[in-house]
Amino acid sequence: MNGLLQSARRILAILSKELTQLRRDRTTLGMVIMIPLIQLLLFGYAINTNVRHIPVALVDQANSGLSRVLTQTVEATQVVSFTERYADITSAQNAIIEGRVRAAFIIPPDLSQRVARSSSVGAGLQTPASTDEQTSRPVAQWIVDGSDTMIAGAIKSLRAMPLTELLRRPANRSTPTFAVALFFNPEQRTAINIVPGLVAVILTMTMVMFTSAAIVRERERGNMEMLINTPVRPLELMLGKIVPYIAIGLVQTTIILLLGHLIFGVPLHGSLLALAIATLAFIGASLALGLVLSTIASNQLQAMQMTVFILLPSILLSGFMFPYEGMPIPAQYIAEVLPATHFMRAIRAVMLRDANLDQVAEDTLWLLGFMLLGLLLASLRFKKRLD
Amino acid sequence: MTEPIIEARGLTRRFGTLTAVDALDLTVEPQTIYGFLGPNGCGKTTTVRMLTGLLTPSAGTVSVLGHQLPRDAERLKRRIGYMTQKFSLYDDLTVAENLRFVAEIYGLSQRIARQRISELLSTYALEPMHNRRAGRMSGGQRQRLALAAATIHQPTLLFLDEPTSAVDPENRRDFWERLFDLIDAGASILVSTHYMDEAERCHRLAIMESGHKRADGSPAELMAAMGAHVVEVEAPNLRALKQQLATLPEVISAAQLGSRLRVLVQERIDDPINWLKAQSLRPVPTGLELARPSLEDVFVTSTGHHAGSSTSQARQQEIGDRDADHENHRAQAGTRLKASDRANKGTDLEHSGTTDNASLPAGGPPGARAEDRSGNNPR
Repeated sequence: MNGLLQSARRILAILSKELTQLRRDRTTLGMVIMIPLIQLLLFGYAINTNVRHIPVALVDQANSGLSRVLTQTVEATQVVSFTERYADITSAQNAIIEGRVRAAFIIPPDLSQRVARSSSVGAGLQTPASTDEQTSRPVAQWIVDGSDTMIAGAIKSLRAMPLTELLRRPANRSTPTFAVALFFNPEQRTAINIVPGLVAVILTMTMVMFTSAAIVRERERGNMEMLINTPVRPLELMLGKIVPYIAIGLVQTTIILLLGHLIFGVPLHGSLLALAIATLAFIGASLALGLVLSTIASNQLQAMQMTVFILLPSILLSGFMFPYEGMPIPAQYIAEVLPATHFMRAIRAVMLRDANLDQVAEDTLWLLGFMLLGLLLASLRFKKRLD
Repeated sequence: MTEPIIEARGLTRRFGTLTAVDALDLTVEPQTIYGFLGPNGCGKTTTVRMLTGLLTPSAGTVSVLGHQLPRDAERLKRRIGYMTQKFSLYDDLTVAENLRFVAEIYGLSQRIARQRISELLSTYALEPMHNRRAGRMSGGQRQRLALAAATIHQPTLLFLDEPTSAVDPENRRDFWERLFDLIDAGASILVSTHYMDEAERCHRLAIMESGHKRADGSPAELMAAMGAHVVEVEAPNLRALKQQLATLPEVISAAQLGSRLRVLVQERIDDPINWLKAQSLRPVPTGLELARPSLEDVFVTSTGHHAGSSTSQARQQEIGDRDADHENHRAQAGTRLKASDRANKGTDLEHSGTTDNASLPAGGPPGARAEDRSGNNPR
């Protein structure tokens, strides 16, 4: 009992020392606030998966009133903007190669005949036979720089666009095979999905970075030789070091979610308690990971490099940018190891889909397990010796 | 006779192919200041780290305060204080904050911690700057803070690794006064240094070189038993004379001190003055005069004497250029002394054989004295 009390006092001593040092380190303190603030504003506005106004070239070989109406109809979708005009296809292809435009819209000279016969525009009510040369011919063609799949996808969405304007009569709309109801984000705003994910990314960055530097810094500045000559135990040192950062993590989460709600209208559907528990588990896991790194790195630069090594997959593989389900199975296994993947799932579930604590228990428990394992590993790896 | 507080036998530490400390035997008696004297890289810090339990010895046994190392290293930590070579407290904490942190880590109760801190602040003259950050203090102030922190839990044994390397002579003297106070209060101290004047203040001294202990004894004993004569000479061209002397096998070293040359001649030459005169030296040395050996002479002699007999790899390389080697030690030991310090102590060093004993605290440690007389003569 007495030993436990002594232990608690030592943890408290390290904790208050860390807080004092942190209070005097204005730069780090500034980063605590500025990193989430700037990144939220930047990514909240900048990341948009609904592609708009793609610059494209126009090759109008028909050059008729009809072709001009067709061009306007296409531009009215806002998916593309015609920024260049060319007389022939070769110049348009060159423009794509040079990167001035991402695609070219080619209107053939026989546009009016195609429109008149085309079943897609609305000649006749019956389903056209696809084998019919005359009626199944498209009215115009897109040449697309298909290397960017998102751009290609956006232009491919124009393939079956209705051309009601052209003939001033209702289109031959076929009934859809499936009805699609979009839950949780009916307006399809990217920010709804990005902002909760940003919590995971920013916390990964700051939490791992701060703690990975924490132990290394003591070693670099020579304080470690003094510390390991005292009765302090490795686990006490680890705990004293990470507790202040838990508070910092919570402050950052609050900044992101509050601003995300005020500026980008990101809702918080789930319970605050579930959110807090999942977030604490993730902060703990990230801090423990940082501690493990700090027992491996021998200087702060190495600690920083290792942080980046963890950060990149946490952004790219965790489901923040690209759907987890789209990755090949081995990549999914790698992503499973990262705490960010589990938190990404949990926070999106709680915030956007009103999941309760039971429904995110698996990921939360995984994070807690990760934290305990990390703490244990870091304490074991930390030697009170110099050899 | 009291039990020795440090007892090491065959203490060895290897780093890869380098043997930093080679089969070191060490006995430190309670209530003494035991010094490690040696150039940089001779294994002083490695030895201190092994004795504090920070490094595991590659071979040999160590017992510190009755604790077997490395097994009992954790239990030992409460009873020892360690002042590292580099300042190891927090630059961004104030003096008081640093002391409070160390007190809490050692588990001192609130009341005792407060009392100890105020005691230490006044003992080490840190009171006026107790709110200053450690990073903004001078070398001497930081050294006092480091000593205060190392003694806050009143350790029985204190390790000081080159404690005054960044401190001016004035502060160094004060610092040593504090060390003798600690000895009077019952502590024992092991200190490593490359300053001759500091080494002379120790009760007992081990001269280290490339991981080997070359000599062991009180400074007075070491100087008395030094296997060489010291002759001081004058000449118009000292540099030329020095080069000629260096070629004589009987001359251990020749070092310039201002306008004089200090020549160490092997002991087997009975009459060194006449022997020197008999050598056909150009320019002819004048004003030949026997001088009292200084600790620096002991250092040069003892580190050179064993040069041929050692089998360690590091030593083998040095044999090729023995005299250059001595010069290095001379230079290293010499330059450590600040110019002003040397001027002040110029004569002091020569007669240190007598002054050293006088500088010991009056009630000197009985154990150490007995040990001094009971032999263990320096080699």
